[in-house]
Amino acid sequence: MRWLRSDLPLASDASGRFLPWIIGCMVYLAALALAATIAADHVAQRWRTELAGTFSVQLPPDAAAPNGDRTALVTGVVDTLMNSGSVASARIVDDAEKARLLEPWLGAGGLPDGVRLPDLIVVQLTPGAPLSLKDLRARITQVAPQATIEDHAAWQGDMLAFARSVELLAGIIIGLIGAAAVTTVIFVTRTGLSIHRRVIEIVHLVGARDSYIAGQFRMHALRLGLVGGIGGVVLAGLTLMGLDRILAQTQTSLLPSLSLDAHQWLALGIVPVAVSVVAMVTAHLTVLVVLGREL
Amino acid sequence: MVLFEDVGVRYGAGPEIIQGASFTLAPGSFHFLVGSSGAGKSSLLRLMYLSLRPASGRVNLFGRDVDKLRRRDIPFLRRRIGVVFQDFRLLTHLSALDNVALPLRIAGVRESEVREHVTELLKWVGLADHVNAFPATLSGGQQQRVAIARAVIARPSLLLADEPTGNVDDSIGVRLMYLFEELNKMGTTVVVATHNERVVGRFNHRQLRVEDGTVRLVGARPEAA
Repeated sequence: MRWLRSDLPLASDASGRFLPWIIGCMVYLAALALAATIAADHVAQRWRTELAGTFSVQLPPDAAAPNGDRTALVTGVVDTLMNSGSVASARIVDDAEKARLLEPWLGAGGLPDGVRLPDLIVVQLTPGAPLSLKDLRARITQVAPQATIEDHAAWQGDMLAFARSVELLAGIIIGLIGAAAVTTVIFVTRTGLSIHRRVIEIVHLVGARDSYIAGQFRMHALRLGLVGGIGGVVLAGLTLMGLDRILAQTQTSLLPSLSLDAHQWLALGIVPVAVSVVAMVTAHLTVLVVLGREL
Repeated sequence: MVLFEDVGVRYGAGPEIIQGASFTLAPGSFHFLVGSSGAGKSSLLRLMYLSLRPASGRVNLFGRDVDKLRRRDIPFLRRRIGVVFQDFRLLTHLSALDNVALPLRIAGVRESEVREHVTELLKWVGLADHVNAFPATLSGGQQQRVAIARAVIARPSLLLADEPTGNVDDSIGVRLMYLFEELNKMGTTVVVATHNERVVGRFNHRQLRVEDGTVRLVGARPEAA
């Protein structure tokens, strides 16, 4: 176990004692930021999946119908859609379903007398449909000029942009945390080199190359990084599980789930390893740079 | 082995403390480096163990000009040089065994061989019972022997000792000199810096005398040559 042995008394450094704590905090924040990215991606995926290839057609109550036959107007729109070759299904939302959708706002009593609702058709496009939404829109307006088509594009675009912003922000946070970790390791390593100047001089005099000394600092940084990193990621895991439990109790479908699958837990587990490797490489390069400036 | 040509030594912007030093140390030779305290003996040794660059002139070690050495070449030359310091410079956090083992481990020798060689050498210098002792628990003489063992464990071609008798009493000093002579007989070139004229007088070897900033080579006494 030669790699575990150190010729330099780095373990006794006061400067190195706080490094696991700092790395632990950084890993904790980085893991939470990563989880936020995963959650945002969850939401974006869900919205994309749920809304992809769907749109709805609304026929206002006062829409002009041929011979005043409103049923014929609605059926005509449905037929136009189904005959386009690009629509998998076109479902007319009945009054009972409309009442149920409005219940949170209007209560269980239903619509007040005299209030008429637009007819609503929910359309599901065939995957790889030959006609675009624009073409379908043109066909529908030929049958029902007053029909309005809602393809959720604006809302979906806004929400996806929000999800992407969260991801970007999390990425920036992770980047800043990484930069802070690198700076801290450089500081600790330079302090260590200064503290152990005499020992390093002796080790040099008996034939050690700079890389040998760098190797000792490298392993020290890796050990400290792993200790702090594992602590930080365990704490982050517990935090996420706690938050997920709280979110589950709120029953708010718009909020993202924080329950991670095996791959995502693995990604989270890589954070302390990645931070430790960064600490290790930083320590190694710092030693080489500092010693390289000497005689 | 060691060639100095018109070498000058200066620290910072100060005056040259050694000027025009020229001498050659043949392989397998034994030299005392003598002179009063502060004359520049340690500086000459530092030039030899590549801890100091000459301000002027040329230093050649093992056929290589020190001026032309790249930083990455220096450790490989240092592995051919053993140094015994006056203040021992042992690593206080390491045991005697680990101190002596350091040059071998740095050179990448297998751990099983390291233990075997180090234990054997510590036995040879009379420290068989102190293999796992830390420097703080050893006497001055014992620490000196650990330092010597560290200097010779990798079988250096050149052994440099800076005032090795300075921190030990005369009897131990004499025993140390016999130890150096043993190593010299095994082919190691030895340079011992000392201002202890009693020790120099007792052993008949050539001398490098440092006086007034100059270095002069003085031969061994004819009766003992």
